Amino acid sequence: MAKECRRPKALTDTPFHYCPGCTHGIVHRLVAEAIDHLGIREKTVGIAPVGCAVFAYNYFNTDMLEAAHGRAPAVATGMKRVRPDNIVFTYQGDGDLSSIGCAEITHAANRGENITVIFINNAVYGMTGGQMAPTTLLGQVTTTSPYGRDPKDSGYPLHMAELLATTRGAAYIERVSAHDVPHIRKAGQAIEKAFRYQMEGKGFSMIEVLSTCPTNWGMTPVQAMQWVKDEMVAQYPLGVYKDLGEKEA
Amino acid sequence: MAKILMKGAEAIAEAAIEAGCQAYFGYPITPQNEVPEYFAKRMPKLGRTFLQAESELASINMVYGAASAGVRVMTSSSSPGIALMQEGISYLAASRLPCVIANFMRGGPGLGGIQPSQADYFQATRGGGNGDYYLVVYAPATLQEMCDLTKEAFDVAEQYRLPVMILADGTLGQMMEPVELGNYVPRTKADMTWAATGFQGGKPRSIINSLYIQPEELEERCLAMFDTYREIQAHEIRVEEFHVEGAQLIVGAYGTMARIVKSVIMQLDQAGGPKVGLVRPITLWPFPQEAFAKAAAQESVQAVLSVEMSMGQMVEDIRLAVNGRKPVSFFGRTGGMIPTAKEVREQILALCNGGKE
Repeated sequence: MAKECRRPKALTDTPFHYCPGCTHGIVHRLVAEAIDHLGIREKTVGIAPVGCAVFAYNYFNTDMLEAAHGRAPAVATGMKRVRPDNIVFTYQGDGDLSSIGCAEITHAANRGENITVIFINNAVYGMTGGQMAPTTLLGQVTTTSPYGRDPKDSGYPLHMAELLATTRGAAYIERVSAHDVPHIRKAGQAIEKAFRYQMEGKGFSMIEVLSTCPTNWGMTPVQAMQWVKDEMVAQYPLGVYKDLGEKEA
Repeated sequence: MAKILMKGAEAIAEAAIEAGCQAYFGYPITPQNEVPEYFAKRMPKLGRTFLQAESELASINMVYGAASAGVRVMTSSSSPGIALMQEGISYLAASRLPCVIANFMRGGPGLGGIQPSQADYFQATRGGGNGDYYLVVYAPATLQEMCDLTKEAFDVAEQYRLPVMILADGTLGQMMEPVELGNYVPRTKADMTWAATGFQGGKPRSIINSLYIQPEELEERCLAMFDTYREIQAHEIRVEEFHVEGAQLIVGAYGTMARIVKSVIMQLDQAGGPKVGLVRPITLWPFPQEAFAKAAAQESVQAVLSVEMSMGQMVEDIRLAVNGRKPVSFFGRTGGMIPTAKEVREQILALCNGGKE
């Protein structure tokens, strides 16, 4: 059977501004495909972060809000509570979600807000030029850890999927990766499931996607994909950290 | 409807409910805890939203989310909490989102105290967060006025698409007075088609945003906001003038402080003392400049006095309004201290006739 490759309806025609080899474009497409497949584009409201995906409102062909840095889960809460029939998702990076927005994401998860969170973990602040994030690996050189991240100064990589899986409110937490085709397909399935859970009223879902930042890592796109596979997956094990499934729906 | 005796913090919540407030997000802070407590009891029974947020930062961003959906939404706090909300308030103003924010001011700076204050005047009337913007700021002096202004605040917020602040002091949150509710007459329903509610009904895609990376575009956006502000200045200024005509001294005061000043003016009047007038701004922004300018321009007026529960903040706006026509002086207490009628009377007399009664 012939397969047709076309742009998902949930993406606009605006070309992405992302760097070559950055996985934001891939994840945007996965989110858009999930929205199309579930037929929810007309009732979806997306919430863009501060970071490289700050312009996500130009790309997702749904109603979109732009939130302050880290506050997307609180904005999503406000929207979802007054419009429970809308499908609400946030799309956040690691500086946004795991650093400045750590309180908002934790409490949104713990309240079991019926929203979907797409969390891009590329171990670095992208938009501001490659500073250290809470997710930066030990020894990783960034512009603010020029001698490599030292746990004595800056602590350890923060594992958000594991952390949020401890909240009773969370329904579904999975960590996936965007470094090769099989993993991208798996990521797409996880993202769609997270949206489906929201439609079924199961509560809070977060999909953490291990992602690249070749520009700020100082790598080629291929090296960056390899680095995710070799280094990031070792630090951030892939898998389902919580899934209430059909049990507590 | 008959008058009922209510506490300020509860009355404002009930007034908001009457005005159709669909959602309240807040975080505990003294002296206004009865606001979230009242909403917590009432909202679920009405099928509306109450949520205690994890912080004031989260509260105001929840307000941002609900306001984006085009529903009537409110938060309240007191000075340090309002300081925390400034990020979100700037975003709300920039994204042109309507909402109502109540500040029951307490003494500051820092953690300050929990007694009533008016020391957040600068913050409230100058936007408060980053960037070029204003809020409409109402300063009620009685619980009835606070209820009426809160209902109006929702209309004004939607009509002009901006956050409106009720700037009350802790006294108005904690005192009890008879209030009459159930008399809300809404303004004409504003156009809400900009709201992000999904595409149902074939409306165009909504983007609620405050990021404009091209300076030309951002400037244009700010200019449009300032067109709105000029419209507000032309139509929404509210002020009470009391015994102003032919007065020897004009006193400027708002909120609780204005009530004390008014009682002093009445005492002096009864005792045959000097003729003193009060100009009480009900909107602190837009500021009733004209009322102060006109009052001070009277030939009878020798001086103008601003009395505040702060180290002197509104006095700067009064000076700008009076514009050197008459001397403007200041009296105030701060840190949660409220100037007594006796202290105010002494100040007034000192200015009128060298301190002798």
